[in-house]
Amino acid sequence: MSSKTSSFVQAVLVALLAALSLSWADPARARHEGSHLYAQHCSACHGADGHGGVGVPLALPDFLAIVSDDYLRNSIRFGRPGRVMPSFAHLTDAEIEAIVRHMRGWYKGERRAAVKIGKGDAKKGEKTYKRNCAGCHGPEGEGGRGTGLTFSRPRDLPVLAPALNNPGFHAAADEQLIKATLIHGRQGTPMMSFLKMGLSEADIDDVVAFVRSLGKKRAPASARVLDSESAVLVRRSPHDVATTVEKVKNAMAAANMSVIRAVPFDEGMVDKKLENRKRIIIDGCDFNFLNQALTVDPRVGLFLPCRITVTEDAGRVLVMAVNPKRLSTIFNNSELNAMCEQMHEVYTLILEDATL
Amino acid sequence: MRRLTGVFVAFGLIALLAAGAARAEELIMVRSPQPFPETIDALQRLIQEHGYKVQRVQRVDVGLAAKGFKTDFYRVVFFGKPEETRRLANLHPELIPYLPLKIVVFAEENTTLALTNNPVLLGTFFKDSELAVYFRRWERDIRSILDHVAND
Repeated sequence: MSSKTSSFVQAVLVALLAALSLSWADPARARHEGSHLYAQHCSACHGADGHGGVGVPLALPDFLAIVSDDYLRNSIRFGRPGRVMPSFAHLTDAEIEAIVRHMRGWYKGERRAAVKIGKGDAKKGEKTYKRNCAGCHGPEGEGGRGTGLTFSRPRDLPVLAPALNNPGFHAAADEQLIKATLIHGRQGTPMMSFLKMGLSEADIDDVVAFVRSLGKKRAPASARVLDSESAVLVRRSPHDVATTVEKVKNAMAAANMSVIRAVPFDEGMVDKKLENRKRIIIDGCDFNFLNQALTVDPRVGLFLPCRITVTEDAGRVLVMAVNPKRLSTIFNNSELNAMCEQMHEVYTLILEDATL
Repeated sequence: MRRLTGVFVAFGLIALLAAGAARAEELIMVRSPQPFPETIDALQRLIQEHGYKVQRVQRVDVGLAAKGFKTDFYRVVFFGKPEETRRLANLHPELIPYLPLKIVVFAEENTTLALTNNPVLLGTFFKDSELAVYFRRWERDIRSILDHVAND
């Protein structure tokens, strides 16, 4: 490349970068982008206007009056591992900033003055915490159970109590936020003002020290997301397709699954006479297990039905299923971990039984 | 100075590209303000308008109710482009468990949630440049479909 061409390319690139950064520097444009980004990434859980739903309500004056921009940024960036709220680390800093600006638009009131943080005693704080906070936030700060999605079933609490031992919470929250929340409470949620409930500022400093100590411990099981080494489970069958399908059906029945149907993979996609009879899906369901799973997280329907595929490929007969451990990663819900591991075992058993 | 500008530009671009490459979330989920019957009708219409065929709708709620479980509306909509699905299944049989595409739809009182996994993330496991093109298009189409579901 000649030096003239090189200079031209550099000038174009610099102009492009400048244009991109300028577009975010315009506050009106940033708010507009923030509204769009919020609608795209946040509103399904936190509500179009920030009044909550699956996720905690964000538009509460008591929240926005005390929370720092850094808390909002880091909550978006890191999420809450294993607690449904995903990490949005794939968003750029400018996009995260735009979402924060959009959220700030919900509250026009004064920000509360900073609170003075005293030197708390975590040991004393633990006792106070167990008496006053553990009922909602759990003895170890593990938070309320469930996803916040109700699937029209009764809700135990209007808001899921946040997990105070979650690494994502500690990456975002500082002592100011924790203490201010304890002092002022959060109207519109079950979180009360513990100052009004009779705790002293010194007691509250102790609780802050204890909550902070939770973040220094090893990441709890509730923050664990399963590793999935592969997206699919595959076994090679020594039988032909028809025999393998029958063996899969028997193995599914042995695993307490009702076989719903065994049909060509392309049924409903192509004309009946063009269907591939060497590629069969066997759908099954353990309805008791499904009902339990939907109670834990109604989104699990994404992996319905329990499906085993038998296909002939280059003279081989393969038996396949999705790897249920992928669920844990997709839903970021540690409460599903045990169920995903159980389903992984069930699928593996079916595949192995059918290909013996 | 020119060299410094070059380094700056290269750094900026790498940062931009890296940000672009990382732009993926595992789950794409929207909430429709409409009740379930209107939402699932709109979803099926939108899928077809985007050039896909609805293969079938699995009525999970009906199965649960038949077994005595109390449930609100819950369906899974399977869809794809027949020729594309057939071709990919032939070329990449290991992809079959993730085909056809699907969107889960369920009622939550008077609103409806619709969600699916982000097809782009399949690229983590199925490393193939041709597949990556499909995964990106599926993501774009699914986002467009679900944006309409949430906002129309």
